[in-house]
Amino acid sequence: MAEYQNLFTQVQVHGPLFPGVSTGRDDRERVGTPTDVHLFGRLGDAQIGPIYLGWFGLASLICGFIAFEIIGLNMMASVNWDPREFVRQLFWLALEPPPAHYGLSLPPLNEGGWWLMAGFFLTVSILLWWVRMYRRARALGMGTHVAWAFAAAIWLYLVLGFIRPVLMGSWSEAVPFGIFPHLDWTAAFSIRYGNLFYNPFHMLSIAFLYGSTLLFAMHGATILAVSRFGGEREIEQIVDRGTASERAALFWRWTMGFNASMESIHRWAWWFAVLCPLTGGIGILLTGTVVDNWYLWAVKHHVAPMYPAVFGTVVDPATVQGAQP
Amino acid sequence: MSTLNAALRVMSMLGAGLLLSACERPPIDTVQRGFRGTAMVEVYNPRILEGEQEKNVVPAATPAAPREGQKASEVYQNVKVLGDVSVAEFTRLMVAMTGWVAPQQGCAYCHNLQNLADDSLYTKVVARRMIQMTQHINADWKAHVADTGVTCYTCHRGMPVPAEVWFQPAPQKHALRAAGNKMAQNTPDAAVAYASLPYDAFNRYLLKAEDIRVNTSTALPTAPYGSMAATEATYGLMMHMADGLGVNCTYCHNSRAFAPWKESTPQRVTAWHGIRMARDLNTTYMEPLTDTFPPHRKGSEGDVAKVNCATCHQGAYKPLYGSSMLKDYMALSAAGAQAALPPQPAAGAAPGQ
Repeated sequence: MAEYQNLFTQVQVHGPLFPGVSTGRDDRERVGTPTDVHLFGRLGDAQIGPIYLGWFGLASLICGFIAFEIIGLNMMASVNWDPREFVRQLFWLALEPPPAHYGLSLPPLNEGGWWLMAGFFLTVSILLWWVRMYRRARALGMGTHVAWAFAAAIWLYLVLGFIRPVLMGSWSEAVPFGIFPHLDWTAAFSIRYGNLFYNPFHMLSIAFLYGSTLLFAMHGATILAVSRFGGEREIEQIVDRGTASERAALFWRWTMGFNASMESIHRWAWWFAVLCPLTGGIGILLTGTVVDNWYLWAVKHHVAPMYPAVFGTVVDPATVQGAQP
Repeated sequence: MSTLNAALRVMSMLGAGLLLSACERPPIDTVQRGFRGTAMVEVYNPRILEGEQEKNVVPAATPAAPREGQKASEVYQNVKVLGDVSVAEFTRLMVAMTGWVAPQQGCAYCHNLQNLADDSLYTKVVARRMIQMTQHINADWKAHVADTGVTCYTCHRGMPVPAEVWFQPAPQKHALRAAGNKMAQNTPDAAVAYASLPYDAFNRYLLKAEDIRVNTSTALPTAPYGSMAATEATYGLMMHMADGLGVNCTYCHNSRAFAPWKESTPQRVTAWHGIRMARDLNTTYMEPLTDTFPPHRKGSEGDVAKVNCATCHQGAYKPLYGSSMLKDYMALSAAGAQAALPPQPAAGAAPGQ
């Protein structure tokens, strides 16, 4: 017999579709009649709509589309408009920032100008989407936690692509738009600045990243484990603790001696997630501007351990008298 | 429903197969070289190594020839290098070279068989220069090749053109148009082991002498130095070196700090000399031969085939796993080396073999 499951739900309950709570105004910001999509229902709520885009959403999508097209068409041009080569090389293709000698000046279109333009439209798109997110939360009388969490990610994006390049005086310090190229850039960035793993803010960022996944796993597992007692109604249980909440709490007191509350676990998760890009952004911002070589910085401050010289003494041959140039 | 489930399962199996198709199956061997816990290990796939063995087998040396007797220059005409070598050794070397470089084509690959002294074939002119190059490497680049040395076979391996050479990459035409500038990177290119890094590293570092070092030697910023673009270019060269030698970054570097020499292995010093050696060979020997080569031997930019790390190493940490062929062909060890050596009794070898 089929049973209700929390994930990949096979049984879907269909009732009259609800357009959402009234915000006490004319509710004009809801377009279309809601409908059910079975496949969506397998992953989450089956209901689609009513929708609302608004001017900010529309402007954001247009700017995002312009950025996407600039990047995509440049990639397409770079393989001589050959669709097969485009697919074959897609993971390698990129829109590169201007070469270093242009500094912060406006370069020709095909030498980073397109990159600057794509970056501008992408940034405008993201910022407009943030405004929209903030306004939608306010319209529903919600807190703006989601918008501020998104802002934390935008902070890291802006540091990488705008704030740090400006401080360094060169657009060439920024990240290319491309799949492998941005990964190679990341590796090269760490190598150029003497290993980012010795950057304490990078360390913090990693701690919050892994901490986020740990908290997510712990919380998700806990709620699923007590969903047979109604545990997924966790928000209600913040004010009216039921047996699910009590069992989950005792479980964690048994296993780690301490338990979060139904409310605090979400604050923990939110702060861990938000602090990951916040601290990471600080780490990137300091790289090259304040610290040029994180390994040497870590040696200076006794962070990097010294290991026995198992290979003997290795000397830079360029400093040896009579070496070939 | 069950059809959908079955379809989903098949799709996910296919997807998983596709995702893993580029992976090498375990077990993989790791060899620890550095201090414990520092990840200074070499990673090897034993099944790939097995296939590499036969590529690195040294052909048996022909029996030694006497060093006494008439010199090659006294017997043959137009002997500009190796003239100091005994006729017996000279002939032995010519036979060996044929096996190393042109086993299918034979003597006629370089020589006009009507007149062996004739320089009309470009291959003969190139071969002469390559003998000089080999002597130069063995005499002046001991910092890289040590006493192991090199012979023609180190690169040629029985082929008229070594398997691993490089030409200037063709310029991307879109770099000069309105859009689509790849900036000489972002292309699946063997030169950088299929990374998206700049693929003109050979030109920058093995022909021109651009600065390879990207790190500053102070913790805090002093003067502006390097760039992200230069770092990626260096990274591209390093990808080639790792690929060409079949090693990890950690063969030379402690990856926690790539720049400091005291963190590095002695192999990095050897590699440092190797980069300069390749540059020297390309500028002193290969480029001046540009006009000697016929068009079909040149690259798309009309440039001559040039040397990189893989030309000799061919995927091995030491070419031919460090076996020395030079010790059996000492005439190649330096210009005039043969004459400088003490005479030795020919151990059961017929002259002129």
